[in-house]
Amino acid sequence: MGIIVKNITHIYSEGLPHESVALDDVSFTIEDGQFVGIIGHTGSGKSTLLQHLNGLLKPKSGSIVIGGVDITSPDCRLRDIRKKIGLVFQYPEYQLFEETVEKDVAFGPRNLGLSEEDIALRVREALALVGLPYEEIKEKSPFELSGGQKRRVAIAGVVAMKPEVLILDEPTAGLDPKAHKDILAMAEKIHMHEHNITVLVSHNMADIARLCDKVLVMDKGKLVFSGSPQQVFSDEKRLTEIGLSLPPVAEFMHRLHDKKKSIRPDILEIEAACDEICRFLGEKG
Amino acid sequence: MIRDITLGQYYPGESIVHRLDPRIKIIATIAYIVALFIADSFIGIATAAAAVFFAIAVSRVPISFLLRGLKPIFFIIIFTFVLNLFMGSGEVLVTLFWGLKITKNGLTTAVFMAVRLILLIMGSSLLTLTTKPISLTDGIESLLRPLKIFKVPAHELAMMMTIALRFIPTLLEETDKIMKAQQARGADFESGNIFHRAKSLIPILVPLFISAFRIAQELAMAMEARCYHGGDNRTRMNGMKLAGRDFAMLVLLLLFLGIIIGERYFL
Ligand SMILES: Nc1ncnc2c1ncn2[C@@H]1O[C@H](COP(=O)(O)OP(=O)(O)OP(=O)(O)O)[C@@H](O)[C@H]1O
Ligand SMILES: [Mg+2]
Repeated sequence: MGIIVKNITHIYSEGLPHESVALDDVSFTIEDGQFVGIIGHTGSGKSTLLQHLNGLLKPKSGSIVIGGVDITSPDCRLRDIRKKIGLVFQYPEYQLFEETVEKDVAFGPRNLGLSEEDIALRVREALALVGLPYEEIKEKSPFELSGGQKRRVAIAGVVAMKPEVLILDEPTAGLDPKAHKDILAMAEKIHMHEHNITVLVSHNMADIARLCDKVLVMDKGKLVFSGSPQQVFSDEKRLTEIGLSLPPVAEFMHRLHDKKKSIRPDILEIEAACDEICRFLGEKG
Repeated sequence: MIRDITLGQYYPGESIVHRLDPRIKIIATIAYIVALFIADSFIGIATAAAAVFFAIAVSRVPISFLLRGLKPIFFIIIFTFVLNLFMGSGEVLVTLFWGLKITKNGLTTAVFMAVRLILLIMGSSLLTLTTKPISLTDGIESLLRPLKIFKVPAHELAMMMTIALRFIPTLLEETDKIMKAQQARGADFESGNIFHRAKSLIPILVPLFISAFRIAQELAMAMEARCYHGGDNRTRMNGMKLAGRDFAMLVLLLLFLGIIIGERYFL
């Protein structure tokens, strides 16, 4: 179930005076089982890119092949593609509509044509995964929940479809630290269990550095950089130029490296940073 | 897509049509629409067509833009055309099955009616394409002001219109977003019978209404926070003043009306 994106370009309101090029010749591949992060300043085209991955938007040119199927060809059944690719939109809480949480989460699985028992099972699992108590919450109206709880319900609605590719567009924007941690832990857990492809858009560099196997960097509609977190976060100057920053740990290590050259700067995790600093202190005796 | 609807859209430009006073443009548009229905001969309709094409040429709005505005009412035009075609009486041109007859006067009425509708849409689209929504409502407010003695709330009406116009694109965007989000969850808006399809709108309509109420509430709070309290004693940033071009436009308008009325009643 690899994803191969080749030279896609997307222009909003093409031909009108206010047209804007949101994607400009973007190519990349995602291999089976990868956890991929996408970073870029606001308006760099991240959300536009994600909507191409399940056929909600069509590129003006270029192709997208997912699991051997070219989803840009006119005779591709997009509904089948959308069943395999779960996309959680930015601020997904605004898509809730049912009377009860249970029914809302069941909307996706029901569209898949599953049996009632399977649906009930999946709803239960999905709510547990996003950290909501099933019995307490199932009969509540989604509109009487707090913002963070709504977000979890909305994410559960996609997770319950058990997509082969799970795409999360800034799932933690505006949440408190606990909800933030829970939701990322959920993504990690699903990824471990199902070995699916997970794509995460985030402005939090520390999360990206910690979770991802591969990072894509967007700038003004172009893919300017891609590679492992180590590679991407090694070039501080370039990232700052396009309005991004290093994860705090990496920035700290860079500053230390500026002062003491024998400290390695290319460290992204707190544990490894501690070890490196201890090593340095031990070296000095 | 859903965003391509041109109704109420502004086409930025610097032409003399863009710079005309909105009040003059509104009056001219209303007069033009009335004139369309006064004119009932070839010459009258042709004059009206020439007038609107002249205005379009001067405004430099691409004609394709105006034609796009016709798309949504295409069926209404066809419908009225067909209806009128068979409703006439008098000299029969062709007789079709089921006793349907096309008469000479039916044909003329049908053609005139279709052309009138097309010109009407083009004329009023030109108004909204060359006038910013804000100036448009300012113009309406100013034209309605004399009605204040009859307790017509001119300012409030204008403010409501401004807000409605301002939020059309926002709500379209919101609809687009919600539709996509539900499609991503496997919703299907295209297949099934009519009941099925009506039901499939619920996942769009519920979130849309909730958004609309939320937006309204936020807007009301933002307005209160900035001490908005109705129209009394409000001044505006860009006062409206008639310039030479506006008087020239009035002269042209009178000339046009003269031709239409003269042609109808005196020739
Ligand atoms: N529906 C739309 N119609 C027209 N232009 C759009 C639309 N959606 C996005 N754009 C434009 O396309 C560009 C890319 O937007 P996009 O939403 O993909 O950015 P993003 O990287 O997701 O930003 P953010 O981090 O703020 O979510 C922006 O310049 C935006 O103005
Ligand atoms: Mg976005």
